[in-house]
Amino acid sequence: MVAQAIFYLLALLTVGSSAVVAFSRNIVHSTFALLGAFMGVVGIYVLLAADFVAMVQLLVYVGGILVLTIFAVMLTQGIADVTISNRAVARAPALVISAVAAAVMIFAVFKTPWHQGAKVMVGPTTYGIGNAFLDTYALPFELASIVLLAALIGAVVISRPIDRRAQEQ
Amino acid sequence: MPGGLTLNHFLVLSLIVFAMGLFCVMSRRNAIGILMGVELILNSANINYLAFAFYGGGRYDGQIFTIFVIMLAAAEAVVGLAIVLAIYQDLRTIDVDATETLSG
Repeated sequence: MVAQAIFYLLALLTVGSSAVVAFSRNIVHSTFALLGAFMGVVGIYVLLAADFVAMVQLLVYVGGILVLTIFAVMLTQGIADVTISNRAVARAPALVISAVAAAVMIFAVFKTPWHQGAKVMVGPTTYGIGNAFLDTYALPFELASIVLLAALIGAVVISRPIDRRAQEQ
Repeated sequence: MPGGLTLNHFLVLSLIVFAMGLFCVMSRRNAIGILMGVELILNSANINYLAFAFYGGGRYDGQIFTIFVIMLAAAEAVVGLAIVLAIYQDLRTIDVDATETLSG
């Protein structure tokens, strides 16, 4: 009963914030609503007994991606001009397509007999995740570091100011 | 199952968030707004992974995949926002309708 109440509170936070992100006409409101969506998702992760992943989500999404997005919003827009800052076109067709996709998925969710395990495991997950990263998933783990390095270098190269005189020569 | 919550609770929540992200990606004309929609979609996928990991008998594969998705989302956000800033330096706008230099 308590778990259900907590779930619905977190779901309300997540869905409400996502709605503001999707429908707000002000890009700054959208950006800060993203914080609520991420925090709600962190709570959902905790409810699903994924303690380590919840903390990773908090560190990477809220501490990294969100701050980066706020920086980008502040650096680019004429954000004082609210009417043009978050222009949205073709809202009606987009709404119809999203609603149809959601309806199809709801139908699929309730029609499919999902395979469920006999027991539910609740406990610290860091030991198992650490073992899996160094054992079964060692190669993807190393590949991830290469991806991150490439993203790092790519971001620096792309966002560097263009030297027009060097281009003309 | 704990507290009367079932797998379907989490799946429905995740698909609502997914639909919002889809709407955001399709209707926004601000490049950063589109990236925010992508983040919503990735978060909904992560909820799915963790829900199936939790109700599927307690293996760690779902959680590992979630961590990889978070890592790739960070890389995607970094490169995407760098591209947005580069476009802004060049065109003074990040409206995706204005960036048509490549359409012949």
